Order: sequence, then structure tokens, then C-alpha cells
Amino acid sequence: MNKMNRFFKSVLLAVGLGVSGSMLAAPAKAVVVIEAELQDWSFGGIFGRYDKNQLQRGFQVFQQSCAACHGAKQISFRNLSEEGGPAFSESQVKALAAEYTIIDPELEEGERPATPADNWPDPFPTIKDARAANNGAVPPDFSVLAKARGISQKFPAWALNYFTGYQEGGADYIYNLLVNFKDAPEGVDVLPGQYWNAYYGGTLAMASPLFDGMIDYEGDFPETVEQYALDVAAFMMWMAEPQLNSRKQMGFQVLVFLFVLTGLMIAVKRKLWSKVEH
Amino acid sequence: MSGNSSYNPTNPVAKWLDSRLPIMRFSKEHLLDFPTPKNLNYWWTFGAILAFILVVQIATGVVLAMNYVPDSSLAFDSVENIRRNVNYGRIIQATHAVGASMFFAAVYVHIGRGLYYGSYKEPREVLWILGVVIFVLMMATAFMGYVLPWGQMSFWAATVITNIFSAIPLIGDPLLQLLRGGFAVDNPTLNRFFSLHYLLPFVIAAVVVLHIWALHVPGNNNPVGVEVKSSRDTVPFHPYITMKDLLAIVVFLIPFAWFVFFAPDILGHPDNYKPADPLITPPHIVPEWYFLPFYAILRAIDFDMWFISAKLGGVIFFGGSILVLFFVPWLDGSKTRSGTFRPLFKPFYWLFIFNFFLLTYLGAQLAVEPYSTLSKIATAYYFAYFLIILPIVSRIETPKPLPASISESVLGKSGS
Repeated sequence: MNKMNRFFKSVLLAVGLGVSGSMLAAPAKAVVVIEAELQDWSFGGIFGRYDKNQLQRGFQVFQQSCAACHGAKQISFRNLSEEGGPAFSESQVKALAAEYTIIDPELEEGERPATPADNWPDPFPTIKDARAANNGAVPPDFSVLAKARGISQKFPAWALNYFTGYQEGGADYIYNLLVNFKDAPEGVDVLPGQYWNAYYGGTLAMASPLFDGMIDYEGDFPETVEQYALDVAAFMMWMAEPQLNSRKQMGFQVLVFLFVLTGLMIAVKRKLWSKVEH
Repeated sequence: MSGNSSYNPTNPVAKWLDSRLPIMRFSKEHLLDFPTPKNLNYWWTFGAILAFILVVQIATGVVLAMNYVPDSSLAFDSVENIRRNVNYGRIIQATHAVGASMFFAAVYVHIGRGLYYGSYKEPREVLWILGVVIFVLMMATAFMGYVLPWGQMSFWAATVITNIFSAIPLIGDPLLQLLRGGFAVDNPTLNRFFSLHYLLPFVIAAVVVLHIWALHVPGNNNPVGVEVKSSRDTVPFHPYITMKDLLAIVVFLIPFAWFVFFAPDILGHPDNYKPADPLITPPHIVPEWYFLPFYAILRAIDFDMWFISAKLGGVIFFGGSILVLFFVPWLDGSKTRSGTFRPLFKPFYWLFIFNFFLLTYLGAQLAVEPYSTLSKIATAYYFAYFLIILPIVSRIETPKPLPASISESVLGKSGS
């Protein structure tokens, strides 16, 4: 009897180890150690719109911190003055563009100052240069990065997203990543040039790009890592989805139209079929 | 069903045309006067919804093709350029991408309706077979369309799915190279997929014409499954069915618009916003949701059977899961069409529907327990439904008595 008991115990243990082992064997880097804290984004939901002031602050963070290593090749300078975005004035954007240099082999000088029509210049001339400057890692381009990331959610949260239209997973991912550069847990070896991120659940080739007080905000917004992370995540979402405001506005008109049309169609259909037994 | 023409042109030009190309007569017969059972319910509107989406997909697709660049180094950025810099590009692109999902949602309802009401039964076998042909063409078209944005999921879906063909004995490898245009998925693959993605919708449109032709010979099936007996059983297609179909299309547009305008990316995968990279395999390659049931069947066969390898076995079951649909008219021997009058058939049918949802769920999970075992059970039921349950149930079941005619069934309904 005792023997049987021990046998069953060892079988249970083996099964338990097997199951947990196979769970651990899932791609180690994708394991998220802590749950994402979802933020209250101004652009979430049906009525959500970008906050122009937040995008302007986010641009400040992008320009002063991220842009040293990350490109945004799909973004034109002119986009920064468009409606539904940071909406800087055209003269501001013109002045901003002029600070950057565009490599133009067709010119005798080989380069010229940027104009609002130019795209955001890459920080590194080639991928090789990017690698060389970043310990072998290539900093990803920011153009659509906010849509190339997402958070994982348990049931029923992910199923409800289809009805709430939750599309802010990328912004939530970026925020949580940026505020979770922490000391590695005990027993984890962090190689030189690598940095532990508690949300990523692994090491990154990027050190925390933000620290308190590093960027001066106009007005009295807190100059903290959390606030910077919120603002730059919102700005990155705008870069990835610049037409969100107009898209949602048009969608609202379309839905109202469809609901009214449906009502009218039901009335016509009922009237038409009232003479037919069916 | 045809020959009900009441077309009597008085206008001399119309008369002149009618004796040369009777297109007006044909249109009046088939688009206006066509006698349609008056008891069709809203499940019957999905045919019109599907025709509508096909037009939407072709219209948006033609505009997208004007701005898309089928080159592996430019494709990703060209799609992004459409979203950003083409007028209404974001809406057109989102409509096309969401449209693919809506197309499959509608086609699954349409097929499910056919399976429940026995719309595949004599004399509508050819109509059903043409429908399955359209479904296969849709799958090919959607798959190749998904590759075109050349994101990570595009690239790896193309790699995984074309690789399926290499499992076929003898011709597998040459076939794989022909599909890919080389030894690996690369620019030639993208080019031929773009070409075929533009071609196949027009093939679909042609088969849809045959599908409707085959529908207009025996006429519509209907919810009681009793054939039309007299003109009292029918209403003219226009205005009765056109009005009902248009209403259904407008209602269907509400969720369609919801996704396009408020959640255009929710039906896709974030990884497809990463440019294709042959050197980085995504940790979890999943197809679009509408392929998940069949993907689950493909992965369920993870064991060798006699001389058949697991890979080939998976491909056989994957192909078989669609091929079996062609034989449904002969697997189900029941003379009663409508599931409403088949007490034994009904629970198995609803279990099949549940099982299909389950396969969709399982297709999105990692290939670990308990999903692997569940996938095997669900796959077994999928095939058992067609190959064992339908033939046996139709032999042993005693159907409920059928109403004498459509008119009688309608009277009974309003009387109670």
C-alpha cells in the first residue's frame, strides 16, 4: 500500500514537473513576468482622440531621448503640423526641419538642410553603423512600432476588446516597458551591455532611456519617468496611426447613418411584406 | 423555374435589342420576376451579403493595387504609404483587410445554413459543389492577400503554408519550388502571389455566376425544405427579396464599419507590423482567425501512421477536411432536407457547430497539452460528423411529418 502511494506520488510529481517544464520551455524571452498596467489613454474608445498637448510633450521626449538611436522613416516633418497630431505651427516645423541634414547625393555638396516635405532622417547611415553603435543590436524604427507591439490578456478581457474596440495594446506595452527598467532579480546573470527589464521579463540591449527631470516641460506637468513614458507612448501611437482622430470621427458618422438607414429599411420592408403571409 | 417572363417590350429600341441580345428579358426573368419561396428566413440573406462583399473587396483591391508595390524591399513601406499618404487610404486599406474577415464570417454562416437546411441535397448538388469551389478559391485568395503586406506574419505564413506542399510524395519538392519561385520565400513568391491575388477574385466572380445559375435552375431551398408546389408558395424576387437582402446588407455593414473605423487592426496580428525578416522566426506563428479551424486539424496529426509521416498525415487531413465537403450530398442520405424535421440529426449538427468554434480556439493555442489532445478529439469529430454520423443518422432516423406545402407551413406558423 505504502509502495503504491509512493508510486502515485512520484507519478504525480513527474506529471507536475513535465507540465511546468513545458510551460517554462515556451519561448523564454516572451515570458512576461509582471502583468501590464493598463493606462487611461485619451485616444481609447469610440470618443477617444489624441491630446495635442500630450503629443507635443511626447515629441519632446522622442526628440531629446529616443531619436538619438531610433528612426521614424515613415514620418514626414510636415506630419507634425497636421490636424489630429501634435499640430505644431507650420513655421515651427519649418524651423525644426532646418535643424536636420538630409543626405542628397544629387547635390554637389552631398547634403542639404531638411524641409517639411522630407521624412525624418535615420540616426544611422546604415544598419551596420546602427549595430556598431549599439552593442550589436539594431534599434527598431518607430514609424509603426506602437502597432507592432501588444499586451497579452486573459479571457474574458481579450474577448471584450472586440466590443470595446481596445486598440491601445501597443501604447500600454511601451509604457510598461519604459517604467520597468529595474535591478535584475537575484540569480539572474546580466551580461555587460544588457539591462534587465521586469516587464519584458528578460534583458534588453537598451538601458532605461528616461530618468526623472531629464526633459523640461512647459507648464506644471510632472517631470517623471512615468509622465515621460505616457507622453512618448502616446506620441508613438500617433506616429503609427496618425489618422486616428479623423478615422473615428468618420466612423461615428458612418455608424449613425447606418443605424438610421437600418430603421428606415426595417419600416419599408415591414410595409412591403405586410401583404404577404410568410 | 425560368420561362416566367412577363417581358413584353413596346419600345421599338427594346424590341430591336430583345431579338438580338435578350439581356433585358434575361434580367427581368432572373433579377426581378424570379419566383422565390416566401418563407425564406434571414439566414438566406447571406448569399446577397457575400456577393456584396466580393464587390467591396474587388473595388477596394483595385484601388490598393494602384498604390501597392509588389517588391520584397518596398512592399511593407508601400502599404504604410497607402495608409498615410493616399487619400482615404487608411479607410480603403482597412476595409479591404477587415473585408476579408467579414467575407469568411459570412461564408461560414452561409455554409452552416446549407448544412442545417440540407440545401446540398438533390437537385442542388452542383450548386453545393460550386459553393465549395468558391470557398477553396476564397481561401487561396485570402492567404495570398495576407502575404502581400510583407510583414513578419505574412512572410512566415507563406513559409509555413507553402511548405505544406512539400509533404506530397514525389512531386512535393518541385511543386514547392514552383509555388515559391525558388528555394525559399522571397521576391519571386511575392510577385506570383500578387499576380494570383489579383486574378483569383475574378475567377471567384465567374464561379459565383455559375453558382447563381445552378441556383436558378431548381430555385431556392427553404426553411421547411418542401419544394415549391404552386405560385402561392412564392414571391417575385423584386421587390420582396431585394428589399430583405438590402436590409440584411445594411445591418451587416454595422459590425463591418465598427471594425474598419474603430478597431481596424484587432482582427490582425501585431507581428505583421514588423517588416518581414527571414532571419527571425516569430515565437508563435498563427494564421488569420478564419483559417484557425483548418490549421488546428493540420497540427492535430502529430504522429506517424504506418508509412505515412506526421507531416504528410497532417496535410492529408487538412486537405481532406475541405475535400469531404464535396461529398456531403451523397453522405447524407436523408430524404428530408430541413434539419427542423430531423430530431436525431439536430443535436449532432449543433455539436458540429460547437466543435468548429472549438477548433478555431485550438488553432490559436500553442501545440502543448491539453490543446494537443483536444485538437485530436475535435478533428476526429469533424470527420466523424461527415463520414459516420450523417450516413448512419439518415438511415436510422424517423423524420417528423413534413407540411404539405410552403403555404401550409406558413399558415400553421401564424395560426399558433
